[in-house]
Amino acid sequence: MSAPFDLNDDSVVVIVGSGAGGGTLGTELALKGIKVVILEAGQRHNMEDFINNEWDSFAQLAWTDMRTTSGSWRVHKNFPNLPAWIVKAVGGSSVHWAGASLRLQEHEFKTHSTYGGLEGANLLDWPITLKDLEPWYAKAEDRMGVTRTNGIPGLPGNNNFKVFEAGAKKIGYKEVSTGRMAINSEPRADRGSCQQIGFCFQGCKSGAKWSTLIAEIPRGEATGNLEVRPQSMVQKIEHDASGKATGVVYVDKDGKTQRQKARIVAVAGNSIESPRLLLNSASNMFPDGLANSSGQVGRNYMRHMTGSVYAVFDKPVHMYRGTTMAGIVRDEAGFDTKRGFVGGYEMETLSLGLPFMAAFLDPGGWGRSFTSAMDGYVNMAGLWIVGEDMPQETNRVTLNTGVKDQYGLPVADVHFDDHANDVAMRSHAYKQGTAMYEAVGAVRAMPTPPYPSTHNLGTNRMSEKPRDGVVNKHGQTHDIPNLFVSDGSQFTTGGAENPTLTIVALALRQADFIAGEMSKKTI
Amino acid sequence: MPTLIDRRGPSRRAVLGGIGAAGALMVSGAAVLNPREAWGLEVSALKPETMRTLIVMARDIYPHDRVPDRFYAIAVKPYEAAAAKDPATKTLIEEGVVTLDTLAKAKHGTAYADLGWEDQRVAVVKQIEGGAFFEKVRSGLVVGLYNQEEVWPIFGYEGSSADKGGYIDRGFNDLAWL
Repeated sequence: MSAPFDLNDDSVVVIVGSGAGGGTLGTELALKGIKVVILEAGQRHNMEDFINNEWDSFAQLAWTDMRTTSGSWRVHKNFPNLPAWIVKAVGGSSVHWAGASLRLQEHEFKTHSTYGGLEGANLLDWPITLKDLEPWYAKAEDRMGVTRTNGIPGLPGNNNFKVFEAGAKKIGYKEVSTGRMAINSEPRADRGSCQQIGFCFQGCKSGAKWSTLIAEIPRGEATGNLEVRPQSMVQKIEHDASGKATGVVYVDKDGKTQRQKARIVAVAGNSIESPRLLLNSASNMFPDGLANSSGQVGRNYMRHMTGSVYAVFDKPVHMYRGTTMAGIVRDEAGFDTKRGFVGGYEMETLSLGLPFMAAFLDPGGWGRSFTSAMDGYVNMAGLWIVGEDMPQETNRVTLNTGVKDQYGLPVADVHFDDHANDVAMRSHAYKQGTAMYEAVGAVRAMPTPPYPSTHNLGTNRMSEKPRDGVVNKHGQTHDIPNLFVSDGSQFTTGGAENPTLTIVALALRQADFIAGEMSKKTI
Repeated sequence: MPTLIDRRGPSRRAVLGGIGAAGALMVSGAAVLNPREAWGLEVSALKPETMRTLIVMARDIYPHDRVPDRFYAIAVKPYEAAAAKDPATKTLIEEGVVTLDTLAKAKHGTAYADLGWEDQRVAVVKQIEGGAFFEKVRSGLVVGLYNQEEVWPIFGYEGSSADKGGYIDRGFNDLAWL
């Protein structure tokens, strides 16, 4: 039988979410001949429908269902109901991502061993090593068409990169390039090359950027083994008396409650919704939520140590023209405690359009200090810093039972406080980013606070021992053998690198594992 | 300017009446007029003096000397409709403006919008910073002012690009001053 599948078909793998994790897993399983139903909360858009306007696009794509925040992070003050800037649509946040595709470094899989005990940090080594993951990294890079791998040339540098590169070299950085990007620098895999449109965050209208929406899901659907149901919001994962997952309850596009049976359930709703779904699935047998015998579901929420530096020059830059993030300095990414912190960070070119610059440059700011910076918009260059933040048990996603969503379910509350290490690293990065720009004549540099989180990680983390985390090295929950986690919430620690390539590599590896176990009939 | 009423050729008296810090903004009947920019904005839910004050306040919060008044007027114009629909919003705004004027008069003997120097007005606004009225106006301006496509060219922002073929042949790497 081929897609669409029956609600009572209990031989299907049900995946919750269609982003980098869920969309890749579903497609890979379908290519292997396994029947898959992906339930996606958001709508399905065509790339032609994406909008080159920041606020209109935000309304089209962003996840704006009610959420709450707490903690000392500035996002709580300025954007109390928008902890994360992620997507609710088929393709998930792979529609919005900038395309930076970096492997984690070897030591970043072993932070507890490498960094040692750090007060307040719940560090843990991953149950896998870089070597374990390398074959799937290689497969992911080929599949996504990552530049500077597989003989694919790098992207050309735009104006923002020119300033960034000149400044970086001037202060002595060596590892400066337009990076490894899952954006075609030449036609590949039936997709054309980058047209330097800008608006990478608003959904790529040319198809040069890899996303599960355009590059994976259609391939999976072509096999007849994959069905994607948009506007299907999963409420609960159900299980039988033996504790095995049996399917999910969801509300469909017409507002009707449905029950899809399943042989296997994989959760890939990003690091806020995934733990929320496990917690909202609590039952008599699992009163603290599914897969939560460790009490770690929702804990260790990481968002990367981020921030931006924008600088104003005395001549035009037009930073918004062209690829949003094709530019990277990697010299600070390594492990070197002489800087006063553990872990490392990347600096990457970034630009915002005028409307989002107004919202994010200094949220809440006003008066001439703010507006004179905005007046310099056309002369501005910008970079984003992304570094490893420390997992902390108290940084966590919990259910806010006092606030209900449109379906009457408790919303997620996201609590976050910076660790002292995060603060030290951010200060260092602000200083270095500023030095880069001042070296090439910046008249004013602005250390810009973190935006609502785009890299949400760690809330269902991988661990060797069941007591330390939620899933094992295959993303299989320690407690329920046919329940998997397939998104960035699996990350044991965050590394300094943009997470999507690792999410895709883990999904491809998980697909191989699931297929193997299914044929062995162990699940 | 479909959102503002076009009032070309205002009376000489109205033009001459345009004194004070509100610059070219004046109240005539139920409208705020800007003869220099040749527009007017009629209100019914809010007092015209209130709308004039909101326009002045908008510029004091986000002062851009190259941005004409009409864009600030467009940015705060939605409060007229909001006040018409919701009495609580109307009260918040009318009372907020009364507070601004009371504070200005206590210090300078003049209504807020008629204070001659931006610094004087900003000092008054600082006294209500963080309050509900201030935050409503400020946060509304972030989108209401900076998301007007007609404003973007003043800042050198070119807006949508896919419809023009991206920047691959339009200067994505044309920077030559380094």
